[in-house]
Amino acid sequence: MVRKLLDGNGAAAEAMRLARVQVIAAYPITPQSPIAEKLSQFVADGTLKAKYLRVESEHSAMSCLIGAQLTGVRTGTATSSVGLALMHEVLGVASGLRLPIVMPVVNRSLVSPWSLWCDHQDTMAERDSGWIQLYAADAQEVLDLTLLAYRVAEDPRVLTPIMVCMDGFFVSHTSQPVEVPDQEAVDRFLPPYRPQNLYLDVDDPMFVNDLTPPADFTEMRYQQKVGFEAALEVLPEVMDEFARHFGRRYDLVETYRCEDAEAVLVTLGSMSGTGKYVVDQLRAQGQKVGLLRVVSFRPFPADRVRAALSRVPVVGVMDRSAGLGAEVGPVCTEVRAALSAEGRQVPVVGFVGGLGGRDLAPKTLAAAFSRLLEIRAGAPAPRTSQWIDVRADALQLREVPAGVRH
Amino acid sequence: MYAIKHQARGLVSHGVSTCQGCALELAVRVILDVLGERTIIVIPPGCAALFSGFGNETALRIPGVQGNLENSAAIAAGIRAGLEVQGKDDITVLALAGDGGTVDIGLQSLSGAMERGDRILYICYDNEAYMNTGIQGSGSTPYGARTTTTPAGKPTFRKNVLEIAVAHRIPYVASASIAYLEDFRRKIARARDAGGTAYIHLHSPCPTGWGYDPSQTIRVAELAVQTLCWPLYEVVEGKTRITVKVNKPRPVAEYLQTQSRFRSMTPEEIDQVQRTVEAEYQRLLERAEA
Ligand SMILES: Cc1ncc(C[n+]2csc(CCOP(=O)(O)OP(=O)(O)O)c2C)c(N)n1
Ligand code: SF4
Ligand SMILES: [Mg+2]
Repeated sequence: MVRKLLDGNGAAAEAMRLARVQVIAAYPITPQSPIAEKLSQFVADGTLKAKYLRVESEHSAMSCLIGAQLTGVRTGTATSSVGLALMHEVLGVASGLRLPIVMPVVNRSLVSPWSLWCDHQDTMAERDSGWIQLYAADAQEVLDLTLLAYRVAEDPRVLTPIMVCMDGFFVSHTSQPVEVPDQEAVDRFLPPYRPQNLYLDVDDPMFVNDLTPPADFTEMRYQQKVGFEAALEVLPEVMDEFARHFGRRYDLVETYRCEDAEAVLVTLGSMSGTGKYVVDQLRAQGQKVGLLRVVSFRPFPADRVRAALSRVPVVGVMDRSAGLGAEVGPVCTEVRAALSAEGRQVPVVGFVGGLGGRDLAPKTLAAAFSRLLEIRAGAPAPRTSQWIDVRADALQLREVPAGVRH
Repeated sequence: MYAIKHQARGLVSHGVSTCQGCALELAVRVILDVLGERTIIVIPPGCAALFSGFGNETALRIPGVQGNLENSAAIAAGIRAGLEVQGKDDITVLALAGDGGTVDIGLQSLSGAMERGDRILYICYDNEAYMNTGIQGSGSTPYGARTTTTPAGKPTFRKNVLEIAVAHRIPYVASASIAYLEDFRRKIARARDAGGTAYIHLHSPCPTGWGYDPSQTIRVAELAVQTLCWPLYEVVEGKTRITVKVNKPRPVAEYLQTQSRFRSMTPEEIDQVQRTVEAEYQRLLERAEA
């Protein structure tokens, strides 16, 4: 084990090297580009024995991985934002073919308007693509979740690809000391890749992915659903094993000071660290608040969320994507569904904030907590999403008066 | 009643549901006959997907994957990379895609693979329209041809993807015709052994989409060559060679008349095709002699 100063991108690349990916196809995009560059450097300097395909798009990147993984090798790529959107069509191919590809995704907003900065709309738009989604909160977690993701994805009960999501710049470009395990230790944890179920082999020919009639299609999708359900069991299993191997412990959700909390905020990704800081501050002032961080958004651990919030009288959810057209953002929708299943009438307030790179600063999260505490004290709970950091002049921004064209 | 059970002799089963007289069906049998069973095939949606199969049946005795319409070259490149890192170097990786999947929506990934020089064999079977979705016009639909999206005849000439392939400096580029099978077979073998990206563009007549009697497929294909509408040549390491010389070309009208899709063309339009194919053939001759 060595300690290295790495940012999220560096940690992702390091994890892929330790996983001994054999074929890489990547296309640069801010803020993911350093991953593509580092991987090509590893291949060039021989510290990673792999073939690097310098593809002309993300669509081709994922397509190359699909072809390569079908021949029986572990593959690697990474992307962000519109790159992930461009992959959309083939993300479903990878998951439908049950190819256990692990892909770091650096979260960045989707156009329009253009933004280079963090929010979660890119991965939220892919939440039904048949990929598992894990959200890391810092660089160490990027490395650890990526490594354990291979074990989960390749587990025969799961056989489902995984996105390891990290917040653009907040995680991807923030350096911290990261514990990087030795190759031998990783090799003991992660055996070489063995293709299962679908593969391309001239000595054992099969044709993969042909047209499938309505008589079979439902069953093929059902197999994927069963894979996701299994992932809810396999993820904690592998996380336990990871803790035994490397000493760091992960879970599907993380609770912070929830036990006696009067109000809990549900978070995802790097905002969680800020959230814990705010919880500590409010606790010091005598306010009983807590935080629940979702690590695995797909599969969504509804049971665990229910259990963690079972005695909490007011819940808030901070969505980092707009969830346009829905009553609340996508994470809040899940939390509401999970809690309503219990028949509890607990108010679940959906907040939207931190879009397009706006910092979810302590004061923003503190404002969310104080709204929750007001509701606890009797204020009515809103049904629709509360845009916690929107400016008062929102509707005047870029407004063009009619009839002034010259 | 007799129960008819018969193992196909080649790598392609009997009874594939292509239309009668489909040139593509003959092409697939010929291609796999030359390449043999150590071949992995990538097929996008389109008429070639009739060979991928349906449900738990396939028409092919080799491993293969049906990709998407735009990524045949990229999937093939990935397969090659996967084989390469495992030291499996005696396998041909074949992409077999239609004109739509090649010259239009798939051109980007094909260009990427050609520029990188990935060792794949890419064969475009060109039936000059999106046939499987109902005869819509493609970038390879010839001038004047009627399709369901060019109901008044296509107002522009086709794009020349053979020359786009040549511009990528790949080791092997060839046009081919289903009417010249020996020429086609030789080109497949050469392309397989080219050592880099190889591109073959096969003229593949389609009775259903072109409007001619299914018995006439070979004659239609031959006339395309003999009228200079589809010259047969290869470009090996940049050197052009015409593989089937046409010394006494027939007028293009003879070819166009065989198909109902050209029926609404005016004499002036036919004349324009005549002048265009002659000029293009002349340029090809000059390049071949240079
Ligand atoms: C992204 C995408 N857009 C559209 C389609 C629908 N589609 C399926 S086959 C096809 C036509 C393909 O034409 P071509 O490649 O020439 O093959 P042909 O059917 O003529 O054999 C189209 C448009 C698709 N499969 N994928
Ligand atoms: S539509 Fe044309 S290319 Fe397609 S199967 Fe029929 S004849 Fe062949
Ligand atoms: Mg076609």
